[in-house]
Amino acid sequence: MMQTISLWALPAIILLILTMGLFKKIPLYETFTEGAKEGFKVSVNIIPYLVAIIVGISMFRASGAIDFIGQVFAPLLAKFNVPADTLPIMIVRSLSGSAALGVFSDIANNLGPDDYATKLSAVMVGSSETTFYVLAVYFGAVGISKLRYALLVGILADFIGIVAAILVCNLVFLS
Amino acid sequence: MNYIFYFLIVISIIFGAINGKLSDVVNAILSGAELSVKVAFSLIGIMAFWLGMMKIAEKSGLVEIIAKIIKPITKRLFNEIPEESPAIGDIAMNFSANALGLTNAATPIGLKAMEELQKHNKDKKSASNAMCMLLAMNTAGFQLIPATVIAVLIGVGYKNPTEIIAPTLLVTSIAFVSAIILAKTFEKFWAKQQIEESQNEDSEDSL
Repeated sequence: MMQTISLWALPAIILLILTMGLFKKIPLYETFTEGAKEGFKVSVNIIPYLVAIIVGISMFRASGAIDFIGQVFAPLLAKFNVPADTLPIMIVRSLSGSAALGVFSDIANNLGPDDYATKLSAVMVGSSETTFYVLAVYFGAVGISKLRYALLVGILADFIGIVAAILVCNLVFLS
Repeated sequence: MNYIFYFLIVISIIFGAINGKLSDVVNAILSGAELSVKVAFSLIGIMAFWLGMMKIAEKSGLVEIIAKIIKPITKRLFNEIPEESPAIGDIAMNFSANALGLTNAATPIGLKAMEELQKHNKDKKSASNAMCMLLAMNTAGFQLIPATVIAVLIGVGYKNPTEIIAPTLLVTSIAFVSAIILAKTFEKFWAKQQIEESQNEDSEDSL
Protein backbone atom coordinates (compact mmCIF):
# COMPACT_ATOMS: atom_id res chain seq x y z
CA MET A 1 0.00 0.00 0.00
CA MET A 2 2.64 2.51 1.12
CA GLN A 3 4.96 1.34 -1.66
CA THR A 4 2.23 1.92 -4.25
CA ILE A 5 1.78 5.48 -3.02
CA SER A 6 5.52 6.12 -3.38
CA LEU A 7 5.56 4.67 -6.87
CA TRP A 8 2.58 6.67 -8.11
CA ALA A 9 3.26 9.97 -6.38
CA LEU A 10 5.55 11.37 -9.05
CA PRO A 11 3.57 10.31 -12.16
CA ALA A 12 0.36 11.50 -10.49
CA ILE A 13 1.77 14.97 -9.79
CA ILE A 14 3.08 15.31 -13.35
CA LEU A 15 -0.25 14.16 -14.82
CA LEU A 16 -2.15 16.58 -12.61
CA ILE A 17 0.05 19.55 -13.57
CA LEU A 18 -0.07 18.84 -17.32
CA THR A 19 -3.80 18.04 -17.45
CA MET A 20 -4.70 21.13 -15.48
CA GLY A 21 -2.47 23.21 -17.79
CA LEU A 22 -4.11 21.75 -20.90
CA PHE A 23 -7.57 22.28 -19.42
CA LYS A 24 -6.78 25.96 -18.78
CA LYS A 25 -5.39 26.31 -22.34
CA ILE A 26 -1.82 27.11 -21.20
CA PRO A 27 0.82 26.74 -23.96
CA LEU A 28 2.47 23.75 -22.23
CA TYR A 29 5.72 23.47 -24.18
CA GLU A 30 6.54 27.19 -24.17
CA THR A 31 5.65 27.61 -20.53
CA PHE A 32 7.73 24.59 -19.55
CA THR A 33 10.85 25.80 -21.36
CA GLU A 34 10.36 29.30 -20.00
CA GLY A 35 10.47 27.96 -16.45
CA ALA A 36 13.20 25.42 -17.15
CA LYS A 37 15.61 28.15 -18.28
CA GLU A 38 16.03 29.12 -14.65
CA GLY A 39 17.40 25.69 -13.77
CA PHE A 40 20.92 26.36 -14.93
CA LYS A 41 21.19 29.74 -13.21
CA VAL A 42 19.97 28.43 -9.86
CA SER A 43 22.30 25.41 -9.97
CA VAL A 44 25.34 27.52 -10.79
CA ASN A 45 24.44 30.10 -8.14
CA ILE A 46 24.72 27.56 -5.34
CA ILE A 47 28.24 26.39 -6.27
CA PRO A 48 30.20 28.87 -4.07
CA TYR A 49 28.03 28.03 -1.05
CA LEU A 50 28.29 24.29 -1.67
CA VAL A 51 32.08 24.49 -2.02
CA ALA A 52 32.40 26.30 1.31
CA ILE A 53 30.21 23.82 3.19
CA ILE A 54 31.20 20.57 1.46
CA VAL A 55 34.96 21.28 1.56
CA GLY A 56 34.72 22.17 5.27
CA ILE A 57 32.77 18.99 6.03
CA SER A 58 35.04 16.79 3.88
CA MET A 59 38.09 18.10 5.76
CA PHE A 60 36.34 17.55 9.09
CA ARG A 61 35.49 13.95 8.21
CA ALA A 62 39.00 13.22 6.94
CA SER A 63 40.61 14.61 10.12
CA GLY A 64 39.29 11.85 12.39
CA ALA A 65 37.56 14.40 14.64
CA ILE A 66 34.31 12.39 14.39
CA ASP A 67 35.93 9.32 16.00
CA PHE A 68 37.17 11.53 18.82
CA ILE A 69 33.71 12.98 19.48
CA GLY A 70 32.38 9.42 19.40
CA GLN A 71 34.82 8.28 22.07
CA VAL A 72 33.89 11.20 24.31
CA PHE A 73 30.18 10.42 24.19
CA ALA A 74 30.38 6.62 24.15
CA PRO A 75 30.19 6.06 27.97
CA LEU A 76 27.17 8.38 28.29
CA LEU A 77 25.29 6.72 25.43
CA ALA A 78 26.01 3.22 26.71
CA LYS A 79 23.72 4.05 29.65
CA PHE A 80 20.80 4.48 27.24
CA ASN A 81 21.41 1.15 25.43
CA VAL A 82 22.94 2.93 22.48
CA PRO A 83 25.41 0.67 20.65
CA ALA A 84 28.77 2.35 19.98
CA ASP A 85 28.48 1.45 16.28
CA THR A 86 25.63 3.92 15.82
CA LEU A 87 27.60 6.89 17.18
CA PRO A 88 29.14 7.99 13.86
CA ILE A 89 25.63 8.18 12.38
CA MET A 90 24.46 10.66 15.01
CA ILE A 91 27.38 12.96 14.31
CA VAL A 92 27.48 12.54 10.55
CA ARG A 93 23.80 12.65 9.65
CA SER A 94 23.52 16.45 9.84
CA LEU A 95 26.72 16.86 7.83
CA SER A 96 26.53 14.37 4.98
CA GLY A 97 23.62 12.27 3.79
CA SER A 98 25.74 9.91 1.70
CA ALA A 99 28.15 9.36 4.62
CA ALA A 100 25.27 8.58 7.01
CA LEU A 101 23.80 6.13 4.51
CA GLY A 102 27.27 4.60 4.06
CA VAL A 103 27.77 4.05 7.78
CA PHE A 104 24.26 2.61 8.02
CA SER A 105 24.92 0.17 5.17
CA ASP A 106 28.15 -0.90 6.92
CA ILE A 107 26.31 -1.58 10.17
CA ALA A 108 23.48 -3.45 8.42
CA ASN A 109 25.95 -5.59 6.43
CA ASN A 110 28.31 -6.33 9.32
CA LEU A 111 25.88 -6.85 12.20
CA GLY A 112 22.98 -8.25 10.22
CA PRO A 113 19.28 -7.44 10.13
CA ASP A 114 18.45 -8.65 13.65
CA ASP A 115 20.93 -6.50 15.54
CA TYR A 116 19.54 -3.60 17.56
CA ALA A 117 22.23 -1.30 16.09
CA THR A 118 20.83 -1.93 12.61
CA LYS A 119 17.30 -1.01 13.67
CA LEU A 120 18.34 2.09 15.62
CA SER A 121 20.53 3.39 12.80
CA ALA A 122 17.77 2.69 10.27
CA VAL A 123 15.39 4.90 12.23
CA MET A 124 18.04 7.59 12.70
CA VAL A 125 18.96 7.73 9.03
CA GLY A 126 15.37 7.43 7.81
CA SER A 127 14.13 10.30 9.95
CA SER A 128 16.80 12.85 9.08
CA GLU A 129 17.76 15.27 6.39
CA THR A 130 21.28 16.63 5.85
CA THR A 131 20.95 19.98 7.62
CA PHE A 132 24.18 21.56 6.37
CA TYR A 133 23.54 20.57 2.77
CA VAL A 134 19.98 21.90 2.79
CA LEU A 135 21.22 25.10 4.37
CA ALA A 136 23.94 25.64 1.74
CA VAL A 137 21.63 24.88 -1.18
CA TYR A 138 18.52 26.77 -0.05
CA PHE A 139 20.27 29.90 1.18
CA GLY A 140 22.92 29.72 -1.55
CA ALA A 141 20.27 29.81 -4.25
CA VAL A 142 19.13 33.28 -3.15
CA GLY A 143 22.50 34.58 -1.92
CA ILE A 144 21.76 34.60 1.81
CA SER A 145 24.96 34.65 3.87
CA LYS A 146 23.54 35.79 7.23
CA LEU A 147 21.74 32.77 8.62
CA ARG A 148 20.35 34.29 11.84
CA TYR A 149 18.81 31.42 13.87
CA ALA A 150 18.31 29.02 10.94
CA LEU A 151 21.30 26.75 11.64
CA LEU A 152 20.64 26.70 15.38
CA VAL A 153 17.06 25.53 14.78
CA GLY A 154 18.27 22.86 12.36
CA ILE A 155 20.87 21.50 14.77
CA LEU A 156 18.53 21.55 17.77
CA ALA A 157 15.85 19.73 15.79
CA ASP A 158 18.44 17.15 14.70
CA PHE A 159 19.41 16.65 18.33
CA ILE A 160 15.77 16.22 19.34
CA GLY A 161 15.43 13.73 16.51
CA ILE A 162 18.36 11.67 17.84
CA VAL A 163 16.97 11.64 21.38
CA ALA A 164 13.52 10.71 20.04
CA ALA A 165 15.02 7.90 17.93
CA ILE A 166 16.83 6.44 20.97
CA LEU A 167 13.71 6.61 23.15
CA VAL A 168 11.31 5.25 20.51
CA CYS A 169 13.64 2.39 19.52
CA ASN A 170 14.17 1.49 23.14
CA LEU A 171 10.41 1.20 23.57
CA VAL A 172 9.65 -0.57 20.30
CA PHE A 173 12.57 -2.94 19.81
CA LEU A 174 13.99 -3.60 23.28
CA SER A 175 10.97 -3.98 25.52
CA MET B 1 28.46 31.33 9.68
CA ASN B 2 31.90 32.96 9.63
CA TYR B 3 32.83 31.23 12.88
CA ILE B 4 31.47 27.86 11.82
CA PHE B 5 33.41 28.00 8.59
CA TYR B 6 36.56 29.02 10.45
CA PHE B 7 36.31 26.41 13.21
CA LEU B 8 35.31 23.58 10.89
CA ILE B 9 38.52 24.08 8.94
CA VAL B 10 40.82 24.91 11.88
CA ILE B 11 39.58 21.91 13.93
CA SER B 12 40.03 19.67 10.89
CA ILE B 13 43.63 20.78 10.46
CA ILE B 14 44.43 20.42 14.19
CA PHE B 15 42.82 16.96 14.45
CA GLY B 16 44.39 15.94 11.17
CA ALA B 17 47.80 16.87 12.53
CA ILE B 18 47.25 15.04 15.85
CA ASN B 19 45.92 11.89 14.15
CA GLY B 20 48.61 11.94 11.49
CA LYS B 21 45.92 12.36 8.83
CA LEU B 22 47.00 15.75 7.56
CA SER B 23 47.48 14.49 4.01
CA ASP B 24 43.91 13.08 4.05
CA VAL B 25 42.63 16.46 5.21
CA VAL B 26 44.47 18.24 2.41
CA ASN B 27 43.17 15.73 -0.14
CA ALA B 28 39.67 16.33 1.20
CA ILE B 29 39.88 19.94 -0.02
CA LEU B 30 40.18 18.76 -3.61
CA SER B 31 37.64 15.97 -3.36
CA GLY B 32 35.18 18.23 -1.49
CA ALA B 33 35.48 21.00 -4.08
CA GLU B 34 34.99 18.48 -6.87
CA LEU B 35 31.99 16.96 -5.15
CA SER B 36 30.35 20.38 -4.73
CA VAL B 37 30.49 21.06 -8.46
CA LYS B 38 29.28 17.53 -9.21
CA VAL B 39 26.31 18.03 -6.88
CA ALA B 40 25.48 21.40 -8.41
CA PHE B 41 25.77 20.13 -11.99
CA SER B 42 23.76 17.01 -11.29
CA LEU B 43 21.00 19.36 -10.10
CA ILE B 44 20.80 21.33 -13.37
CA GLY B 45 18.70 18.88 -15.36
CA ILE B 46 16.21 17.91 -12.70
CA MET B 47 16.04 21.53 -11.55
CA ALA B 48 15.16 22.66 -15.08
CA PHE B 49 12.50 19.93 -15.34
CA TRP B 50 10.72 20.84 -12.12
CA LEU B 51 10.99 24.58 -12.61
CA GLY B 52 9.35 24.02 -16.01
CA MET B 53 6.59 21.91 -14.47
CA MET B 54 6.08 24.44 -11.70
CA LYS B 55 5.72 27.24 -14.25
CA ILE B 56 2.82 25.35 -15.83
CA ALA B 57 1.33 24.61 -12.40
CA GLU B 58 1.58 28.26 -11.53
CA LYS B 59 -0.01 29.61 -14.73
CA SER B 60 -2.85 27.08 -14.62
CA GLY B 61 -3.75 28.18 -11.09
CA LEU B 62 -2.93 24.81 -9.54
CA VAL B 63 -0.37 26.27 -7.14
CA GLU B 64 -2.95 28.82 -6.04
CA ILE B 65 -5.52 26.10 -5.33
CA ILE B 66 -3.05 24.14 -3.18
CA ALA B 67 -2.07 27.33 -1.41
CA LYS B 68 -5.72 27.97 -0.54
CA ILE B 69 -6.17 24.49 0.91
CA ILE B 70 -3.32 24.82 3.39
CA LYS B 71 -3.89 28.53 4.09
CA PRO B 72 -4.95 27.99 7.73
CA ILE B 73 -1.52 26.48 8.49
CA THR B 74 0.70 28.70 6.37
CA LYS B 75 -1.01 31.84 7.63
CA ARG B 76 0.37 31.09 11.07
CA LEU B 77 3.78 29.80 10.01
CA PHE B 78 4.52 32.44 7.40
CA ASN B 79 2.60 35.42 8.74
CA GLU B 80 4.96 37.96 7.08
CA ILE B 81 4.15 36.71 3.60
CA PRO B 82 1.02 38.04 1.81
CA GLU B 83 -1.57 35.31 1.25
CA GLU B 84 -1.67 35.84 -2.51
CA SER B 85 2.10 35.31 -2.92
CA PRO B 86 3.07 32.30 -5.06
CA ALA B 87 5.54 31.46 -2.27
CA ILE B 88 2.72 29.91 -0.22
CA GLY B 89 1.75 27.47 -2.98
CA ASP B 90 5.40 26.62 -3.62
CA ILE B 91 5.95 25.91 0.08
CA ALA B 92 2.93 23.60 0.09
CA MET B 93 4.24 21.73 -2.97
CA ASN B 94 7.73 21.54 -1.44
CA PHE B 95 6.33 20.00 1.75
CA SER B 96 4.18 17.49 -0.15
CA ALA B 97 7.12 16.41 -2.33
CA ASN B 98 9.31 15.98 0.76
CA ALA B 99 6.65 13.99 2.58
CA LEU B 100 6.30 11.65 -0.39
CA GLY B 101 10.07 11.19 -0.50
CA LEU B 102 10.44 12.95 -3.86
CA THR B 103 13.66 14.76 -2.97
CA ASN B 104 14.46 15.42 -6.63
CA ALA B 105 11.24 17.39 -6.97
CA ALA B 106 11.27 18.90 -3.49
CA THR B 107 14.60 20.70 -3.85
CA PRO B 108 13.84 22.66 -7.07
CA ILE B 109 10.37 23.58 -5.77
CA GLY B 110 11.84 24.58 -2.40
CA LEU B 111 14.42 26.79 -4.11
CA LYS B 112 11.68 28.44 -6.11
CA ALA B 113 9.83 29.10 -2.85
CA MET B 114 13.04 30.62 -1.45
CA GLU B 115 13.24 32.98 -4.43
CA GLU B 116 9.63 34.05 -3.88
CA LEU B 117 10.40 34.65 -0.19
CA GLN B 118 13.46 36.68 -1.16
CA LYS B 119 11.13 39.10 -3.01
CA HIS B 120 9.47 39.90 0.33
CA ASN B 121 12.78 40.07 2.22
CA LYS B 122 13.92 43.50 3.36
CA ASP B 123 17.62 42.64 3.73
CA LYS B 124 18.67 40.52 0.75
CA LYS B 125 21.77 39.15 2.50
CA SER B 126 20.11 38.03 5.69
CA ALA B 127 17.52 35.29 6.18
CA SER B 128 13.97 36.49 6.89
CA ASN B 129 11.78 34.77 9.47
CA ALA B 130 9.85 33.08 6.67
CA MET B 131 13.08 31.77 5.14
CA CYS B 132 14.21 30.36 8.47
CA MET B 133 10.83 28.63 8.79
CA LEU B 134 11.04 27.10 5.32
CA LEU B 135 14.57 25.94 6.09
CA ALA B 136 13.48 24.44 9.41
CA MET B 137 10.75 22.50 7.61
CA ASN B 138 13.30 21.15 5.14
CA THR B 139 16.21 20.38 7.46
CA ALA B 140 13.89 18.37 9.71
CA GLY B 141 13.33 16.10 6.70
CA PHE B 142 9.76 14.98 7.23
CA GLN B 143 9.11 11.88 5.14
CA LEU B 144 6.30 9.32 5.18
CA ILE B 145 8.33 6.34 3.95
CA PRO B 146 12.13 6.06 4.29
CA ALA B 147 12.52 4.30 0.91
CA THR B 148 16.34 4.25 0.76
CA VAL B 149 16.70 2.84 4.27
CA ILE B 150 14.13 0.13 3.56
CA ALA B 151 16.00 -0.78 0.37
CA VAL B 152 19.22 -1.28 2.38
CA LEU B 153 17.39 -3.37 4.99
CA ILE B 154 15.87 -5.59 2.31
CA GLY B 155 19.35 -5.93 0.82
CA VAL B 156 20.73 -7.47 4.03
CA GLY B 157 17.79 -9.82 4.42
CA TYR B 158 15.70 -7.96 6.98
CA LYS B 159 12.56 -10.08 7.30
CA ASN B 160 10.04 -7.38 8.08
CA PRO B 161 11.42 -4.04 6.85
CA THR B 162 8.06 -2.30 7.16
CA GLU B 163 8.29 -2.52 10.97
CA ILE B 164 10.80 0.32 10.70
CA ILE B 165 8.24 2.67 9.12
CA ALA B 166 6.12 3.46 12.18
CA PRO B 167 9.01 4.28 14.57
CA THR B 168 10.70 6.36 11.86
CA LEU B 169 7.50 8.26 11.13
CA LEU B 170 7.04 8.98 14.84
CA VAL B 171 10.62 10.23 15.22
CA THR B 172 10.55 12.34 12.05
CA SER B 173 7.23 13.90 13.14
CA ILE B 174 8.66 14.78 16.55
CA ALA B 175 11.71 16.39 14.91
CA PHE B 176 9.55 18.22 12.35
CA VAL B 177 7.14 19.66 14.91
CA SER B 178 10.07 20.62 17.17
CA ALA B 179 11.77 22.42 14.28
CA ILE B 180 8.63 24.47 13.62
CA ILE B 181 8.12 25.31 17.29
CA LEU B 182 11.80 26.25 17.65
CA ALA B 183 11.71 28.45 14.54
CA LYS B 184 8.57 30.22 15.82
CA THR B 185 10.12 30.70 19.26
CA PHE B 186 13.40 32.09 17.93
CA GLU B 187 11.44 34.38 15.64
CA LYS B 188 10.05 36.12 18.72
CA PHE B 189 13.25 36.38 20.72
CA TRP B 190 15.95 36.73 18.10
CA ALA B 191 16.96 40.28 17.16
CA LYS B 192 15.00 41.51 14.17
CA GLN B 193 16.66 41.84 10.79
CA GLN B 194 16.60 45.62 10.42
CA ILE B 195 17.80 46.29 13.96
CA GLU B 196 20.65 43.88 13.48
CA GLU B 197 21.61 45.63 10.33
CA SER B 198 21.72 49.18 11.66
CA GLN B 199 23.06 48.63 15.17
CA ASN B 200 25.52 45.82 15.20
CA GLU B 201 27.10 44.65 12.03
CA ASP B 202 29.19 41.95 13.73
CA SER B 203 26.70 40.18 15.94
CA GLU B 204 24.39 39.35 13.03
CA ASP B 205 26.25 36.31 11.93
CA SER B 206 27.51 35.24 15.29
CA LEU B 207 26.14 31.85 14.36
